[in-house]
Amino acid sequence: MSAVTADQRAGAAGTPVPASPTKKRGRRAPASRVHLAGWGFVTPFLVAFALAFLAPLAYSVYLSLFRNQLIGGNQFVGIQNYLAAFSDGKFWDGALRVGLFLAVQVPVMLAIALVAALAIDSGRLHGKSFFRIAIFLPYAVPGVVAVLMWGFMYSDRMGLTGHLNDWVGFALFTPYTKQWILVAIGNIVTWEFVGYNMLIFYSALRTIPGELYEAAALDGAGQFRIVRAVKLPALRGAIVIATIFSIIGSFQLFNEPNILKTIVPTLISTSYTPNMYAYNLSFVGQQVNYAATIAIIMGVLTAVIAYVVQLRASREND
Amino acid sequence: MRLNRVHRTIAAVAAATVVGATLAACSGGSEDGGTGGAEGATAEEIEAALQEGGSMTYWTWTPQAEDQVAAFEAAYPNVDVELVDTQGAADNNTELQNAIAAGDGVPDVIQLEYQSIPQFQLPGQLTDLSAFGYADLEDLYTPSTWGAVSQNGGIWGLPQDSGPMALFYNKAVFDQYGIAVPATWEEYVEAGRKLHAADPTKFIANDGGGDAGTVTSLIWQAGGKPFQVDGETVTIDLADEGTQKWADMYQPLIDEELLGDIPGWSDEWFAALGDGTIATLTTGAWMPGVFESGAPAGAGNWRVAPMPTYDGTPANAENGGSAQVVPAAAENKLLAAGFLKWLNSSEESVELFLASGGFPATVSDLQSDEFLSYESEYFGGQKINEVLVAGADSVNPGWAYLPWQSYANSIFTDTVGQAYLDRSSLTDGLAKWQAENVAYGTEQGFTISE
Repeated sequence: MSAVTADQRAGAAGTPVPASPTKKRGRRAPASRVHLAGWGFVTPFLVAFALAFLAPLAYSVYLSLFRNQLIGGNQFVGIQNYLAAFSDGKFWDGALRVGLFLAVQVPVMLAIALVAALAIDSGRLHGKSFFRIAIFLPYAVPGVVAVLMWGFMYSDRMGLTGHLNDWVGFALFTPYTKQWILVAIGNIVTWEFVGYNMLIFYSALRTIPGELYEAAALDGAGQFRIVRAVKLPALRGAIVIATIFSIIGSFQLFNEPNILKTIVPTLISTSYTPNMYAYNLSFVGQQVNYAATIAIIMGVLTAVIAYVVQLRASREND
Repeated sequence: MRLNRVHRTIAAVAAATVVGATLAACSGGSEDGGTGGAEGATAEEIEAALQEGGSMTYWTWTPQAEDQVAAFEAAYPNVDVELVDTQGAADNNTELQNAIAAGDGVPDVIQLEYQSIPQFQLPGQLTDLSAFGYADLEDLYTPSTWGAVSQNGGIWGLPQDSGPMALFYNKAVFDQYGIAVPATWEEYVEAGRKLHAADPTKFIANDGGGDAGTVTSLIWQAGGKPFQVDGETVTIDLADEGTQKWADMYQPLIDEELLGDIPGWSDEWFAALGDGTIATLTTGAWMPGVFESGAPAGAGNWRVAPMPTYDGTPANAENGGSAQVVPAAAENKLLAAGFLKWLNSSEESVELFLASGGFPATVSDLQSDEFLSYESEYFGGQKINEVLVAGADSVNPGWAYLPWQSYANSIFTDTVGQAYLDRSSLTDGLAKWQAENVAYGTEQGFTISE
């Protein structure tokens, strides 16, 4: 049941309440006082929201309509930046790369997180608090540190990879090659965020009322049947939320490749992900306006995909 | 239903954060600040301002800056210099860009690499120091450093140091494998083959394709002039004779896997300089101080030689080096001008700079007996400055950097760097680099000819 359908239903029920100011003039005063009080309560939020979200957004849109050149200065160019972006191979390469990353890494990560949450929740695991903390711990490691750590481990000269390859006698693991670098990044991101998603799933599992399990047990359901019939349906909301967070995270992919770039500069280009592209354009290339354009397009893309996922999830719900 | 509303908000917020995150820090705003040429001052007025005092800010990543500022404040007790360590050129330039764009917190004096000066000078973001009579200081500095700060009819900074290139080599490794110091690039490549064949863990040089600064200097040394700037007209020709000469010499090093690919300036890199993994380094004359502090394990093993040549004729290039400049938006220009002149021309300041391994840009210091006869313990007692200073004499004239060199360097790995990665043709990589630079320059309003 989505908000949209609920609104439609309200409309269909045919209960329009058109304001008829002439008739209700007498009762207007108290009504507006109530309204004012309401505004008073939400104003602090609205101010913060406007400053933190709307202002930067509006400013970005404003910036994206200009072009500031080293020669020629600043001028209004309308939607030219957008037209340029739509035919910019570098931008779309980056966008496709994060799209591919999303399609592969997110399901893998969420599946691992789901299995971990179900295992910890099953009550059949010894030392479940230990596992819960251990799986969550990587999330507490600052992202930059995590990437540097993995960056060293991936190194063939001094890292774990080098030792493993020495041990098996040939180059089995080659994370620092064109074919594997994206997988290597996916591995880091998965390691970082499995615990976070596991915790979302686990807390959702803890809210399932005990009666459901009792009922299931009475009906003779085994553990796997309980998982399928009770736990997974109860997790639907959490899975949708985790998926949307992960989509946003994937489209914002920046830290991991950008730090690995210092170790393998030729493997990861300056336009490897759209965020890296925007960053390099604005901070090194002084093309703030075009960077704003790219950020806005990516923002819209992210919103659209997140919305489609949410819409699909709610339709299946109905 | 509530959950769904949450989702919709998430979707909206997603858009906001993706956009906001990238842009929060980089407000654009046009900066058409004047060239600063209008408000000049005489030496007396500057001296009077220094005596009267005030406060100013100075951004730099020079290690000696703290000592220099302390000495300056002792000489002019009324002036308070707030020193900001910007850690390195990249952060330094980005912070300056942001401050200028924000119109707030712009430093009064800031260090800029020679190659970054045009990028700030062209949009009118630097003060023309000829208004303070600093054109008269020309004779104090070497021609190449003065050339780097004086362009487009103005004086945009005073040189701090210079970096004529030299060949730094690990004598212990060379002796161990019976390798002679290469005088030509041909011998250099041959030495690379011999070394790597004898010990596959050792490399004649370390270059993983991420170091545009060294490559442009090597092209310069080969006689290339790929970038020519004439006001708003920029010529880019990364296929000229000199550039091609470098590419032909360098290609075998890549094809035969004779180069190490350790990330430059990393701990691993310093360790490799210390233990002989990297046997030579062609870089600027400012390197000895870095060796001493960064690779103590290599003490006694390293020596300095002139750059290898292509045909026996000495030829050299500059690598790195910085000047200090006064941004057009600086608030205390008189103090800034006074401090700048003291910093880069007073005996007291330059001496402090030299004391911890700096390589000067001032002619008198380069030619002083004390400087030339200095025997470096790290370099086994070698009089390194004799070699380094001699290298300054044969720097090829006529080199220019692009007005957007830092951006050009950032995309070097995307283009030329791919030749290193795929062991493919450097010439093709250079052509791609050229194409991207032509596109960028055109976008920025320059007239580009190829």
